[in-house]
Amino acid sequence: MATKVHMEALSPTMEEGRLVKWNKKEGDAVKSGETLAEVETDKAVMELVARADGQLLKVVVQEGTTVPVGNVVAWIGKPGEKVDGDGAAAPAKPAGSVPRETGNVPAPPAPAPKPAPQPVPQPAAAPADATRVKASPLARRMAQDAGVDLKLVQGSGPGGRVIKRDVESAPARPAAAGAATAVSRVPSPVVRTGVPYEDVPLSQIRKTIAKRLAASIGPIPHFFLTTEIDMERAADAREAINKQLGEQGGKISFNDIIIKAVALALMQHRACNAWFQDDHIRYWNEVHVGMAVAIEDGLITPVIRNADQKSLREISAESRELAGRARNRRLKPEEYTGGTFSVSNLGMFDIEHFTAVINPPEAGIIAIGSIVPQAVAAGDTVSVRRRMKLTMSCDHRVIDGATGAAFLRTLKQMLENPLAMLL
Amino acid sequence: MPTLTYRDALNQALREEMQRDPNVFLMGEEVGVYQGAYKVSRGLLEEFGPQRIVDTPIAELGFAGIGVGAAMGGLRPVIEFMTWNFAILALDQIVNSAAKMLYMSGGQIPMPIVFRGPNGAALQLAAQHSQAWESWVSHIPGLKVVAPATPADAKGLLKSAIRDNNPVMVLEGEMLYNLKGEVPDGEHLVPIGRADVKREGKDVTLICHSKTLAVAQKAADQLAEQDISAEVLDLRSLRPLDDEAILASVRKTNRAVVVEEGWPHAGIGAQLVDLIQRDAFDHLDAPVQRVGQADVPMPYNKHLERAAKASPEKVVAAARRVLYLD
Repeated sequence: MATKVHMEALSPTMEEGRLVKWNKKEGDAVKSGETLAEVETDKAVMELVARADGQLLKVVVQEGTTVPVGNVVAWIGKPGEKVDGDGAAAPAKPAGSVPRETGNVPAPPAPAPKPAPQPVPQPAAAPADATRVKASPLARRMAQDAGVDLKLVQGSGPGGRVIKRDVESAPARPAAAGAATAVSRVPSPVVRTGVPYEDVPLSQIRKTIAKRLAASIGPIPHFFLTTEIDMERAADAREAINKQLGEQGGKISFNDIIIKAVALALMQHRACNAWFQDDHIRYWNEVHVGMAVAIEDGLITPVIRNADQKSLREISAESRELAGRARNRRLKPEEYTGGTFSVSNLGMFDIEHFTAVINPPEAGIIAIGSIVPQAVAAGDTVSVRRRMKLTMSCDHRVIDGATGAAFLRTLKQMLENPLAMLL
Repeated sequence: MPTLTYRDALNQALREEMQRDPNVFLMGEEVGVYQGAYKVSRGLLEEFGPQRIVDTPIAELGFAGIGVGAAMGGLRPVIEFMTWNFAILALDQIVNSAAKMLYMSGGQIPMPIVFRGPNGAALQLAAQHSQAWESWVSHIPGLKVVAPATPADAKGLLKSAIRDNNPVMVLEGEMLYNLKGEVPDGEHLVPIGRADVKREGKDVTLICHSKTLAVAQKAADQLAEQDISAEVLDLRSLRPLDDEAILASVRKTNRAVVVEEGWPHAGIGAQLVDLIQRDAFDHLDAPVQRVGQADVPMPYNKHLERAAKASPEKVVAAARRVLYLD
C-alpha cells in the first residue's frame, strides 16, 4: 500500500508549512531519509524527508503552496501503484479558532500592527514522530557542542538517522539557502522600475509574528509606564569596566547592564515576574530574560536564563552568542522559549521612546530608548547628563499600576546607582 | 628477542615458574611421560621428576579436586585440561570450590591455582569438542580469566596466573600452539586485567581475544585496502576486563565491532556491549556490532564449520555497517 507523505511539524509551533521546492519529482526513486522537499516553517526553511522507500508516486502540493501540518503532500509506493482518492488532499481551509499557545515565540518589541483577527488554518494531527530527530548519541553531543540544530541536519544513516559525518558537514548545508529565500522577499531599498508596488506573500515567520502580536495586543489589557533614568553613573561604570577588560575583549554593553538590572529588580518584585495562565497566574522564582533580536524578515527572543545569577561578562558573552545564532536561524527551540520577562532595545536606532508589545504568557516587557545627553536642572545650575527613557508594558490582569511602578523604581535606582546591584 | 612458538612460550613460563618456586607443580592427563597432548610440558618430567609433573587418570573432576586441595594446603597447582571441553566435568570443583574458597572461609584460605588448556574450536572436532567456554567461566565471581593470543602474551600471562593468589583460568587454543612470535627472555610478566592495542586505528575498534585476534588483524588489513583505519584491541584478560582501554578506544573511534569465539547469546560480546553503551554512550555513532560463532552446535562438515565461525569477511562487513558504508 502506498505511504502518505505528510506536512510534518518541523518546529514546535509550526501549524502550516509552505512548500518551497520539491527536490524529487514524480516517478523518482526515493529512499527513507532522503530529502523530498524544502519547507518553510514559521522559523526556518527545513527539509522534509521521506519516511519510506519506493517511488514518489504523486505530488499533491505544488511549490509555493502553503498547507496545514498533517496534510498529505505526496505519496510514496511501488511503481504503478494507485493512490487513494487520486492523492488529492483536503485543501488548506481557513477555519477554526486560534489555538492557545503558551510557548514564548518571536517577541514583539516594536509598535504592533492594528489588531486584526486573522483566520488560521485548522491544525491537523501530525504524524506521531514528526518532530523526533533520529540521531546517534555522538551526533547529538556534537550538535549540541557546535550549536547545530539537529532538525536542520539531513541524516544519512538508516531511517534518516543523523550520524557523525552529517553533523560534521552541517554548516555547509542548505540553511543558507533558506536565508537567501528570506532575503529575496524583503522589499528594501526601493528600486525605481516603474511598477507602482510589489505584493510579497507573508512568510511563515511574518505570519506567526502577525498572529501572535494580534493575540497579544487584542486580548491582553496593556498599560504603559514610562520613566526617565539618569545613566551618568552607569555609563561611567561601563567605561571603567571596559577599560579594565581592555584587550581581553568581550566588552559590556548598556543592554547587558540593563538585562542584569532588570533581572535583579525582578527578584525583588516577583509580582512582575509572572505568566498569565487563563485560570491562574504563575509567579516565577527564576528569572529568565528574553531579549528581542531583529533577524532577517522578523524577530525572535532568545532567553538568558537565570540572568540574576550571571555576571555582566557572562550575560554579555551569552547575549552576543545567542544573537549571532538567532540571526543565522540556528537557535534551538528551548533557547527562545521559557522567558519570564522581556527586554526590547531600539536605542541603537536612535529611538528615544517607544512601547513594546507583551510576549505572552509573560506579563511585562521593557522598551529601552537611546541614551541622550540632556540639560538637567540640578539645584540652581543646569548640567548636561546622559539620560535614557524606558517604558514598561504591563498585562493588567497580572500587574497593577502601583505594582509596576514599584518595580520600575527599583530598576531606576539600580541603573542610577549601579552599586545598588551589589546589595 | 628470540622467536618461539606459543606452545614453547607456555613451556618456558612453566619451567621458569617451577624453577622459581618449588610449590608449583603441573598435573593432568598425559602431561608427564607423553609430554602433553600438545607438547606444552615437553622436557618438564625429566627436569622436575614425577613428584611435580603428575600424570592422572581420565578423571577431570578428581584431579581438579586434588588441585583445589593442594592449593588449600599451600601448594600452587597448575591443572592442565586436555581441552576445556573436558573441563565441564570439573566445573563443580572450579565453580563451587576454587571460586568460592576464599569467600566462604572468610578470607582464611587463598586459592592459588591455575586451570589451563585449549579452548574453542580447532578444525573438524565436531559439536562436543569445539566449544568456547569463556562466557561460562567469566560469569563466576572469584575466578580470573585470561585468553592470550600471542606467544609473548601466553608466557607473560601464564607466569602472572601462577603467581596470582586467586584461581585463574588460562584459555589457550589448539590452533595457536604452532603460532610463532617474539618472546622476551626470562622475567616477562603481563599483568592480568590489561588489554593491548595490537594495531592503532581511528575509524573503528575491533575488540578481540585469543584466536579472534588473527581474524581481526586480517579484517583490519582488508579494511585498510578500503581506506578504513581499524584499531585492533586484544582484550587478553576477560575477567577482570580492562574497561578503561575498551572505553578509551571506542571514545576515539566512535564505533566498535566485537569479534569473539563462542555463541552470541549471553556471550562475552554481550558484556562488552553493555559496558560500551553505558559508559561511552555519547561517543557512539552507531550500534555496536558483534561477530561470533553461529548460534548452533559446531558442524562437523568443513564448509559448514567455516561458515559458522567468525571470519575476516564477516568482520569487514560488520565494520562497514558501523561506518554506514553499506
